[in-house]
Amino acid sequence: MKRILTPELIEEKRREIYDTLVDPTTTHEQKVTYLARHAENFMTVLDEPEELDELMRCDIDTRCICNLFEGDAPYRPRYICIDFEKFLREGSAFLQLGPARDFSEALTNLMIMYHNIPSITNYPVFIGDLDELLGPYIENEDDETVKKALRLWLTTIDRTILDSFCHADIGPKESRLGYLLMEVESELENAVPNLTMRVSDETPDEFILAGIRCALHSAKPSFANDRMFREELGDNYCIASCYNGLLKGGGSYTLSRLILSNIAKRAKDIGDFKTNVLPHMCDVMARYMDERIRFLVEESGWFTSSFLATEGFVQREKFTAMFGLVGLAECVNLLLEKEGCHERFGHSERANRLGVEIMDIIQQFNENHCNPYCEATDHHFLLHAQVGIESDHDCSPGTRIPIGEEPDELVDHLKCISLFHKYFPSGTGDIFPVDLTVHKNPQYVLDIIRGSLGVDIRYLSFYASDSDVIRVTGYLVKRSEMEKLDAGQNVRQNTTGLGLGAAKNCKILDRRVR
Amino acid sequence: MTRATVNKIISFSSVDGPGNRTAIFLQGCGFDCRYCHNPETIHTCIHCGECAAWCRPGALTFADGRMRWDSAKCVFCDECFHHCPHGASARTRNLTAEEVMQSVRRNVPFIRGITVSGGECTRWRDFLLELLTLARAEGLHTLLDSNGSYDFAADPELTAVTDGVMLDVKAWDAREHLRVTGCDNAQVLANLRWLALHGRLPEVRTVIVPELFDCAQTVREVSRVLAECGCLDTRYKIIRYRPLGVRETYRAMEPPSEAYLQEMAAIAAGYGLRDAVIV
Ligand code: SF4
Ligand code: SF4
Repeated sequence: MKRILTPELIEEKRREIYDTLVDPTTTHEQKVTYLARHAENFMTVLDEPEELDELMRCDIDTRCICNLFEGDAPYRPRYICIDFEKFLREGSAFLQLGPARDFSEALTNLMIMYHNIPSITNYPVFIGDLDELLGPYIENEDDETVKKALRLWLTTIDRTILDSFCHADIGPKESRLGYLLMEVESELENAVPNLTMRVSDETPDEFILAGIRCALHSAKPSFANDRMFREELGDNYCIASCYNGLLKGGGSYTLSRLILSNIAKRAKDIGDFKTNVLPHMCDVMARYMDERIRFLVEESGWFTSSFLATEGFVQREKFTAMFGLVGLAECVNLLLEKEGCHERFGHSERANRLGVEIMDIIQQFNENHCNPYCEATDHHFLLHAQVGIESDHDCSPGTRIPIGEEPDELVDHLKCISLFHKYFPSGTGDIFPVDLTVHKNPQYVLDIIRGSLGVDIRYLSFYASDSDVIRVTGYLVKRSEMEKLDAGQNVRQNTTGLGLGAAKNCKILDRRVR
Repeated sequence: MTRATVNKIISFSSVDGPGNRTAIFLQGCGFDCRYCHNPETIHTCIHCGECAAWCRPGALTFADGRMRWDSAKCVFCDECFHHCPHGASARTRNLTAEEVMQSVRRNVPFIRGITVSGGECTRWRDFLLELLTLARAEGLHTLLDSNGSYDFAADPELTAVTDGVMLDVKAWDAREHLRVTGCDNAQVLANLRWLALHGRLPEVRTVIVPELFDCAQTVREVSRVLAECGCLDTRYKIIRYRPLGVRETYRAMEPPSEAYLQEMAAIAAGYGLRDAVIV
């Protein structure tokens, strides 16, 4: 069914546009992005499931499906992960660049490419496996030269890619470039880019420890379980945006999410939720995603016109889509309450078991649902534990235990996490602020990371409890910048606003320190 | 199996030796350090029953001349031992080594080892032997945290299952040591050298209280021994005295200044120690 824009709706949209125009806390670039989205939302080109409107375009407290600010006429994929190896090797006709022949050419060419990669936020969400990409170019350069160049290059990224969903990867092998990059990052304490170290049994302790020391200064890198991603996605995977496992040379067409906490409100009891309400929601969302993908692939023309596709930096066949969810904890708690049980998610076996049963239903649904354009992942979507948005309340990211309710003991917290990370090849993660004493004993964090690899924990982030750069839900912001924004000044990065919202609504500053 | 009085078990500790470790605190200590931060671990409960009255949630009960503690009811308010006139705690459990291992196993694979601390853990020698043997068999690294009053050289059975001892050296001068702890230190200093020479000394600690003893002398002499024995990578923890948790009568002592602590660290570094840290 195609939507109909009533005069009231049009009037409402005009009001939203006006609010954007006069918003004193938004920079010019941010306004341009938001205005483009408003324009997109005047379109009614999607043949949406009939039930969608009532489930998605409704009050935040009853909303069950959310398209995460993707507009109503998708004209580029949500997340694009370029094959940067090919780009550096061959150059690009469209960009009028030849192969990169030395370190400075490689850095410059990459920077040019970054500014030509669209995404949902108009900034690139993946900027490459920097160690593999740049490693070959630094063999004849000394440490100081490399660090100086990286410092300038990373600062340019931080000041021009105004969005912390921009993500770089290193590991699982140690590398000189990796060490130098982390050294520079801990000096700079920039929020952008986000950084992941892939960790496997091959990764030497020394490399992980360098990562931990860097994380205590700048809240990055995070640590990804390389074995799990490789088993699910193959060797050609990357980590993009918050913590999303996707294919290089591909990406994700779209991401929608189920708001499980609100979906639970519509169920009579656990049985009703499992057999009627949840399967229905999964079905509506999957059909909505199918339609978005259809429009993007068949009508928008992106895959036949963008130089990224025509020059082979991405291939349509390597794209998939992300089937997201939030609020499992609140969903479980509410369902148990409906049955007169006051046990809580993260604290009781019964609650955790219900969480697992719900995830099994969603996973089963996804395994039965096929999309013709997701060949890369056997025609199925990938499940994604979405990190939440600033307007969420009473709704924890993905399958996380609510902030303020973390188990007293970190070991119990980790055991709960290990039940859920396996469901999400396209990303999930948990975040731990650690006490200052860990500066003197980074091996403490090393042991937790090593232990996690074997028990299907996928992705962990740590930051020092006193650090300026902190991890909000998946992305990074500076506490000092949030304070500026809170005082009514505008700030460079659009994620600072998301961070401030999360600090106020989602209590991210109150996480239990480990 | 032998039982020990266990004051508490911390499942993940970042401050009881290298990496992440489960730390087990046993009750009772032969020293009586003025600056002790956990004075309730010094003495053994004599079951006088007095503290039960202070326990509001009813976690402590007194019946048939014995105290009982119910961990499920405890809110860890610490009221009980703050009111114990005997420097003890009834908030303890008598556990076998196997029972302690059950708590430790929950934390695998996230820990690299265990550290048994106190009180003074070596007062429970037979229990220690059993616990460390079990832990070793499961691939865990074993450390003891000791005040040095036990003759390690004379107990090859125990040292065979101990990967290392983290040793407190409270004061170098014997009279000063007596003043700080109420005990002599000949055995402590003998242990310092023996453990260093036998590669079983990952860490030494000295709590810095300038008005109580000659801290510079202690740091200097400890550093000298470590250097002589080739233990330049042994961590030397130079610990800032903090009044928090210390018994009221001794709380008036001044904490050292940052500059003084830096001076101590510089002395250690002067002997070539590579891992002298101020905490
Ligand atoms: S802890 Fe102290 S007050 Fe309580 S019963 Fe034991 S000796 Fe008495
Ligand atoms: S700490 Fe002591 S007084 Fe407080 S609840 Fe526990 S047993 Fe009772």
